[in-house]
Amino acid sequence: MAVDTQHAERIAGLDALELGGERRAGLAARLWARLWPMLTAVVLVLVAWQLVVMSGRWPEYVFAGPVETFQAMWERFGEADFYRAVATTMRRAFTGFALAVLVGLVIGAAVSRVKVLRAAFGALITGLQTMPSIAWFPFAILLFGLTESAITFVVILGAAPSIANGLITGVDYTPPLLLRAGHVLGFRRLSLYRHVILPASLPSFLAGLKQGWAFAWRSLMAGELMVIIAYQSSLGEQLAYAREVSDSPGLIGTMIVILSIGIVIDLLFEAADGMLRRRWGLDQR
Amino acid sequence: MSTTQLGAGPGTDAAVRLESVSKTYGHGRNALLALDQVSLDVRPGEFVCILGASGCGKSTLLSLVAGLDRPSTGQISTYDHKVAMMFQDPALFPWLTVAANVELAFRADGVAKAERRARAAEFLELVHLGGFGRKRPHELSGGMRQRVALARALAQSSSSSEGSAVLLMDEPFGALDAMTRDLLHDELERIWRERSLSVLFVTHNVREAVRLGDRVVLLSSRPGRVAEEFPVELERPRRTDSAEVATLAAKITDRLKEEVARHGR
Repeated sequence: MAVDTQHAERIAGLDALELGGERRAGLAARLWARLWPMLTAVVLVLVAWQLVVMSGRWPEYVFAGPVETFQAMWERFGEADFYRAVATTMRRAFTGFALAVLVGLVIGAAVSRVKVLRAAFGALITGLQTMPSIAWFPFAILLFGLTESAITFVVILGAAPSIANGLITGVDYTPPLLLRAGHVLGFRRLSLYRHVILPASLPSFLAGLKQGWAFAWRSLMAGELMVIIAYQSSLGEQLAYAREVSDSPGLIGTMIVILSIGIVIDLLFEAADGMLRRRWGLDQR
Repeated sequence: MSTTQLGAGPGTDAAVRLESVSKTYGHGRNALLALDQVSLDVRPGEFVCILGASGCGKSTLLSLVAGLDRPSTGQISTYDHKVAMMFQDPALFPWLTVAANVELAFRADGVAKAERRARAAEFLELVHLGGFGRKRPHELSGGMRQRVALARALAQSSSSSEGSAVLLMDEPFGALDAMTRDLLHDELERIWRERSLSVLFVTHNVREAVRLGDRVVLLSSRPGRVAEEFPVELERPRRTDSAEVATLAAKITDRLKEEVARHGR
């Protein structure tokens, strides 16, 4: 018995030595470390913008400066119409993206599981990914007219291939060792898929989602510029309208809003990716 | 060509039986004979070490017994024993906690959740990792991860209905430092005795084989054949650095060198 205790102590001692202490900077410090380079970049862009405006290459009613633009934005933030436009755009973005995720998942799962489908559609999916989604619009308008369906159709076509490809890549790159381990544990076919292959493909799937979102957002903006639906204000529609009435501050302001939404969503994906990496121990930082 | 039969065969006293097992990879001119007519028995509760230089097909042999691959000719019987396997890499699932990794061993058998949890905790306790169930695999050291893998393999073999379970180990401690490996040898020996497991342990480390095995089976390389068997009749617990282990290890090493030298001629 004494030998056993001694043995357990030795093992515990070695464990303690090997694990060592882990330290992590406080929240404020980490936030600041992330924030200051971004803030510096913003300031630099604003300065460059102001310099170009001051150079006088374009008259100010064509190319508004930052001060004017932010004033115009501030006024817009007080109008209900602005929020309706943002709401319409975001609703389209989320429904389109959600449908694209569904389509991408089904296609990705089928193609990654069935060899014949892979041979038939693998290259096509990658091909679709490289096709500029704006090229789909004439066809979509022909099919659905100037309706929201036309926009949603193109958003799905833009995003689904990336999402499907993310899943397929993830399945393909499941470490063979984990497959063997799963097999030894008694998992076959569907249970192997559920307990090993799907979880293993999560990082790649997440990357596919992120890329899919970027394509969806681009397709949506193109769509809103091309398919303007009467009585329905959206960010793209406001962009087109501002150009028609030569409202330079309004136009640049809307672009800033579109860019900001894109950045915020991208940060969300990045946070999800970071969390996954930390949990899986893939974090090299 | 069945790979499993129910019940031990008439007159057999084996947990694992390989009868003239050959394995060829590829076809025609590119065919590679990895294992050639290997016959081997592992008795219930016996600890057998398979030793050989690279290319002797020792990993192939374990894959065949585990059912990850099929023999080209010959028969492998594990009777109705549960077969669990450990790899050189712990092969833990990074998306699961340590405890959930062990629990997964009961999943394919459809054990209820509460029982899975309780039994996983019991096996983590067995490898002295009771307090680490909520950690992620990457938060542990290499030796600790390998112990989780051992707990998972033991958990998997525990649902064996009768007789001893079979544990296949493919150089499980090959990537660990000497100190950790030493402790894990003690650990494995203790658990093997407590649970009367039948172990098939593959290694290229002669001393490790002598330290652990009841019997050391030396395989020749390309193709893998049983070259010689060495019974190890040293008293347990043994020490890797003891004179008795060193003497027998030296004898086996000489024989191994002979085998390797044949390929230089």
